[in-house]
Amino acid sequence: MTAAAVPTTTWYLVLAAVLFGIGTVGVLVRRNPLIMLMCVELMLNAVNLSFVALSHQMGDIGGQTTVFFVMVVAAAEVVVGLGIIVAILRRKPNATADDLAELKG
Amino acid sequence: MLDLVWLIPALPLAGFALILLFGRRLGDPKAGYLATLMCSAAFVVTVGIYFDLLSKPSEERQHVYRLFSWVPVGSLKVDLSFLVDPLSITMCLFVTGVGALIHLYAIGYMHGDPRFSKFFLYLNLFALSMLLLVLGENMLVTFLGWEGVGTCSYLLISFWHERATAATAGKKAFITNRVGDWGFMLAMFFAFQATGTLSYIGINGAASTMAQTTATAIALFAFIGAVGKSAQLPLYLWLPDAMEGPTPVSALIHAATMVTAGVFLMCRISPVLNAASSYAPNLIAIIGVVTALFAATIAVAQNDIKRVLAYSTVSQLGYMFLAVGSGAYTAAIFHMITHAFFKALLFLGSGAVIHNMHHEQDMRRMGALRKLMPVTAATFIVGWLAIAGVPPFAGFWSKDDILLAAYDKSPVLWALGLITALLTAYYMTRQVIMVFYGEARWHDAHEEHGAHGDFEPHESPTIMLIPLVVLAVLSVIGGVINLPFNATTERLTSWLEPVLGVHESDTAKLPFALIAVAIALLGIAASIMIYSKHKAKPVEPEFLAEGWYYDAAVSGFMGGPGRAGFNAIAWFDANIVDGAVNGIAHVVRGTAQRLRTVQSGNVRNYAAAIGVGVVLLLAWFVIVRGSR
Amino acid sequence: MQLFVFICAAAMILVGAVGVITRSHPVHAALSLILTLFGVAVMYVSQEAQFLAAVQVIVYAGAIVVLFLFVIMLLGVDKAEDLQIEPFKLQRKVAALVGGGVIGLIVFAAVSSRDNIAVARPTQSEFVKDVATTEHNSNIRSLARDLFSDHVLAFELTSVLLVIAVVGTVLLARRAPKSTPETPT
Repeated sequence: MTAAAVPTTTWYLVLAAVLFGIGTVGVLVRRNPLIMLMCVELMLNAVNLSFVALSHQMGDIGGQTTVFFVMVVAAAEVVVGLGIIVAILRRKPNATADDLAELKG
Repeated sequence: MLDLVWLIPALPLAGFALILLFGRRLGDPKAGYLATLMCSAAFVVTVGIYFDLLSKPSEERQHVYRLFSWVPVGSLKVDLSFLVDPLSITMCLFVTGVGALIHLYAIGYMHGDPRFSKFFLYLNLFALSMLLLVLGENMLVTFLGWEGVGTCSYLLISFWHERATAATAGKKAFITNRVGDWGFMLAMFFAFQATGTLSYIGINGAASTMAQTTATAIALFAFIGAVGKSAQLPLYLWLPDAMEGPTPVSALIHAATMVTAGVFLMCRISPVLNAASSYAPNLIAIIGVVTALFAATIAVAQNDIKRVLAYSTVSQLGYMFLAVGSGAYTAAIFHMITHAFFKALLFLGSGAVIHNMHHEQDMRRMGALRKLMPVTAATFIVGWLAIAGVPPFAGFWSKDDILLAAYDKSPVLWALGLITALLTAYYMTRQVIMVFYGEARWHDAHEEHGAHGDFEPHESPTIMLIPLVVLAVLSVIGGVINLPFNATTERLTSWLEPVLGVHESDTAKLPFALIAVAIALLGIAASIMIYSKHKAKPVEPEFLAEGWYYDAAVSGFMGGPGRAGFNAIAWFDANIVDGAVNGIAHVVRGTAQRLRTVQSGNVRNYAAAIGVGVVLLLAWFVIVRGSR
Repeated sequence: MQLFVFICAAAMILVGAVGVITRSHPVHAALSLILTLFGVAVMYVSQEAQFLAAVQVIVYAGAIVVLFLFVIMLLGVDKAEDLQIEPFKLQRKVAALVGGGVIGLIVFAAVSSRDNIAVARPTQSEFVKDVATTEHNSNIRSLARDLFSDHVLAFELTSVLLVIAVVGTVLLARRAPKSTPETPT
């Protein structure tokens, strides 16, 4: 294969866009709450990727700092989210997102 | 003394308040004496003010006494003020004077009635309203009194409200008055718009500079109000039915005072009427004389003792409007005063007859009462002669003044007035004969009613006779206030001149006077021939007894097309107006119901919505903002 | 060489992502997620963000996905979801629309601003550290310098956030007071 084409920042951004889109579709389509949370993680990763790519392009370390914080907060978010899921699914085993429509109205 | 003018309405107001609070405790007859005392005290104050005014030169006889500022709204500044001038004091004199006499009479008449105190409560309220009406310095105070007397009329006509006819009559009176009130209100609006004030001094002062159409409008709309209040065609139909009320009510309200309010109003705004285009007074005079004739024809065929007098009142009021229309305002006021005397006398006399016949009102069941009720009969006969226009009784002088003024305007009006005078003499004589002369027809009737032992009509108690005698005296000598012989004897004319002007007339008075007397005597003679000597058949056709079917026509219209119209309006209000409001509520509810489904409770739906929003925002930023 | 790395990593990422959204079994989906995360870590390395790559593997792939697996096992939600049925008729169409729209727009934005990106330089700041000069300043050093000087407050706050998250989750996931609380972490 030729090494002529060097992936530019734009390629990374496009890839991040695709990943983000896939994550969005996943959130909308899947019903299992755990998998929906995983798709949210996909979206976060897409964003992190684009931050890192641009940070490299611009020579600014601030992008990577941002990614650092995003990861921390994502971790905390997953913790809380899973705690909630545990609390709910203990009462209603095998519940899907569609079954949790208590706030209908 | 002039500063005490506020006492005149305040005394009946105090009577009203005291009877309101203590009426039941005072009871029969103390409440009545209290009310009479208040009315008499007001009369005394009025007399004092009268002499006070008399002592002043004639240019200084107009005073405004301001109680307080009533409606200060922007450019409309209306005070509760009293206008003391010859016209208002004249009205106050006979309102309080005749009123006090009727109060006294009512103590005897209403004796034994379970709601005795309430009657005097209303009577005092009426006196208050009437005095506000005549003393008012501006149209709004007059209107306040106007509505007040209308209300009291309703309250008093339907006093015996257990009787369905009485309740209906009360409603009819009030509603018909209301139709007239619409005219009064429009007159007020026009007056305010044209002159910026509702005060009579302001309006009358601006009358000469007003546009003629404005003056005509004010005059005609005020006349509509007067037609309602003073029972002229086409709004007279409440007055005959108003006889359902107790007789003192009929005497006070529907003979002496309230019904004259319309004439008073037209006289009050006489400068405006003078400035109006000529068809306005023409219209007033024509309606007056036609009503007079119309009512007189109906009175000929009535058998209820009070109905005859009711139609007679309508007829005499027609005379007063004839005078107003002919420009002879003083003559109208003069006739108003003499009419107050003799009509009140006639009503009170008929009340005495009814009272002593145990509430029998049909004249066909009376007769030969002269010997059994001598005082009543004598006073009634005086009243009869006065109304028939026989000199030297009061009615002759006032009616003659009016006929003279009518001739000056148009001989046709005079002729119609003369025919009415003939009919007046005729039907009043008929009434006197049927009630006091002839054979006693009440024996058989009373057996039908269930005998109360041996029924014998008797004379009234003294308390009821005193007013009759006083009024009879006044009916005899009342003419003296305006004898037409020369300027000195025409006291009323010169007294009222600063307010009402003078009606100049070149016509010779004597021939007309003689013609009037001849006509009166002719009417009396004809009636005696028919009813006493039975030389000819009485002419009392059905359509006259039914009032030319006017009442039936109005009821038919109102019940038929009228009701259809009202139902249509009510339907419009319920369905379209209410429907629109309810419709908005429905739409909101429906929209809300449908919007509610957006909240499905489902996270994925919300996520989808958020996603769509994100795409749209992104599109805007990338495409629209990006391209700049 | 770089191209090759890019293509491989991109393939990992995309295959993993598609796996996450299409696998009906949650455990399979979690494993696909790991694939994606690894791919992203590789991307980080190729962008000379070595520290972040390490953190990615340790925290994301190592901790978060493990957490997911714990919960899956704990709750027994390993039953496969039936992907054939979709209760809301419009949902898939909307999802396609949204996904397509998002991807299209961002790609469009990225592509049309290619030239701007090429010449972009950071705004002036005192502690700007040029990533290119890696001999004197390694990635960790420059990241640390930036983190603990410019963003030290945020750093402290995230530590607070973590504590709160843990405490909160413990409370949330507790059973009734008598029994021993089961903490996911």
